[in-house]
Amino acid sequence: MLRAVAKVTAGRGDLTVLAVEGLSVSYGAIRALRDVELEAHEGMITAVLGANGAGKTTLLRTITGLVKPSAGSVRLNGTRLTGMAVEDIARVGVAHVPEGRGVIQELTVDENLRLGTLWRLGRSERRKAMEEVYGLFPLLGERRNRHASTLSGGERQMLAIGRALVSRPKVMLLDEPSLGLAPIVTAQLMAVLRDLAVSSELTVVLVEQNARSALSVAQRAVVLNLGKVVVSDDADVVAADNDLRHHYLGF
Amino acid sequence: MKLFVDVTLNGVANGMIFAAMALALVFIYRATSIVNFAQGAMGMFTTFIAFSLLDRGIGYWEAFAAALGIGLVLGALVQRVLIRPLQGKPELNPVIVTIGLLVVLEGLAGSIWGNSAKGFPPAFSQTGLTVGHTKIAFSHFDLFILGAVLTLMIATLLLFRGTSLGLRMRASAFEPEVARLLGVRVGRILTLGWALAAVAGSLAGLLVAPTASFSPYYMDLSLVFGFTAAVIGGLDSPVGALVGGLITGLCVSYVGGYLGASLQPLGALALLMVTLTARPQGIFARPEARRV
Repeated sequence: MLRAVAKVTAGRGDLTVLAVEGLSVSYGAIRALRDVELEAHEGMITAVLGANGAGKTTLLRTITGLVKPSAGSVRLNGTRLTGMAVEDIARVGVAHVPEGRGVIQELTVDENLRLGTLWRLGRSERRKAMEEVYGLFPLLGERRNRHASTLSGGERQMLAIGRALVSRPKVMLLDEPSLGLAPIVTAQLMAVLRDLAVSSELTVVLVEQNARSALSVAQRAVVLNLGKVVVSDDADVVAADNDLRHHYLGF
Repeated sequence: MKLFVDVTLNGVANGMIFAAMALALVFIYRATSIVNFAQGAMGMFTTFIAFSLLDRGIGYWEAFAAALGIGLVLGALVQRVLIRPLQGKPELNPVIVTIGLLVVLEGLAGSIWGNSAKGFPPAFSQTGLTVGHTKIAFSHFDLFILGAVLTLMIATLLLFRGTSLGLRMRASAFEPEVARLLGVRVGRILTLGWALAAVAGSLAGLLVAPTASFSPYYMDLSLVFGFTAAVIGGLDSPVGALVGGLITGLCVSYVGGYLGASLQPLGALALLMVTLTARPQGIFARPEARRV
């Protein structure tokens, strides 16, 4: 049954939006990533799984230019991102929601969202894009003039995702969105992500330690171990592989 | 009573200048956690350039505007050439560089314009206004100070609160990495912050010059008072800079009026110590709400 769903979605994901090829990163003598390959297809959620220290966060930080790779490349719709400045990579449509949420607490909810609209939208579209996010997360709309520091963990995650969404990104990178959230909030969040991928053809790379919830919404999954890709397959295949789950994903 | 009123008015006028100085320090501290000890000297240097222009017969307001404009460029240049290469180094390094710049600028001004005190003309009359039949210690020039600094403060608040550039500046100051991930060119924003700070510093230089003995060292004391004002205000809010400036101005003026002018720096020092003991984060610093 699950397999059939994956087959159906495969048709829409033919287009590779983000392509990571042979990516290696070293921190001094430590090799954080070795020859990593990853493809994110249009309108699909690609989960990047693995234990603490597997290199998941490093992978995202390298895609957004915060970390320089020692080898390999990252391409967005064929355009090479490797070597570009962080702010330019953001402006061409890579939205990174960093671990720990990256909401700017000293700014209001509205100001946080406005920051997301500055580059990729015309002046007239900005307000509309923000209202869409307030429609998607009504709680944020009610708190739009409050400082982000007054929000709960779940609300901050909504705000961080909303701020990525208003920029109409070509690909959205999410780093551990479930970190520190109650299971029910995590479930709501994953549902929102699934809906977004389906309805707005959003392409998502979802980094998670919480493999079970990530696999429940992802179509593709990549498992990292000590900086290397050990599996890259459809999400339901990964979820069904008991050895793999016990070995690398811990459930 | 008359003395009290005069000393108070004098304190308000001085306080506005200290507020401009404090705002300049706050601009830079907020963005980069650096106290720019050369802020006063940079204002001194641009005011001396205005002095030279006036000497050549250029109009007062043209020279005034030129000093502010040169301040803008000087601030950007200092950030690009001296401060930016020190990024990622210990925080003390750029602070030491600003002290070096202070010494270099004062030495340079001394060799160009000489170390003796000159007179810098005021924009307006410095004789006290007459209210009813009494002459008060508040002149047209003091009114101009009040207007100029209030304009600066309002412009700053409008920039921060009302424009997308101000939003980008605040985002860069609070969370530079997140700002970059959102597409903000943080490097340029920092340069702009130094440039705008230098404009505020130049304005302070132009406003202090007519009331001080105009030598290359005439801004040293204003830097001390401006720093006191900035610390009282919490080193990170424009409103704090204004209130801190007024508190410092009044305190220094009361000490000068009742105890003697030579004790003024000591008065500022005492104020600084009391503030740091009672409320080390300053009066207007927002409560710490950092990520855990």
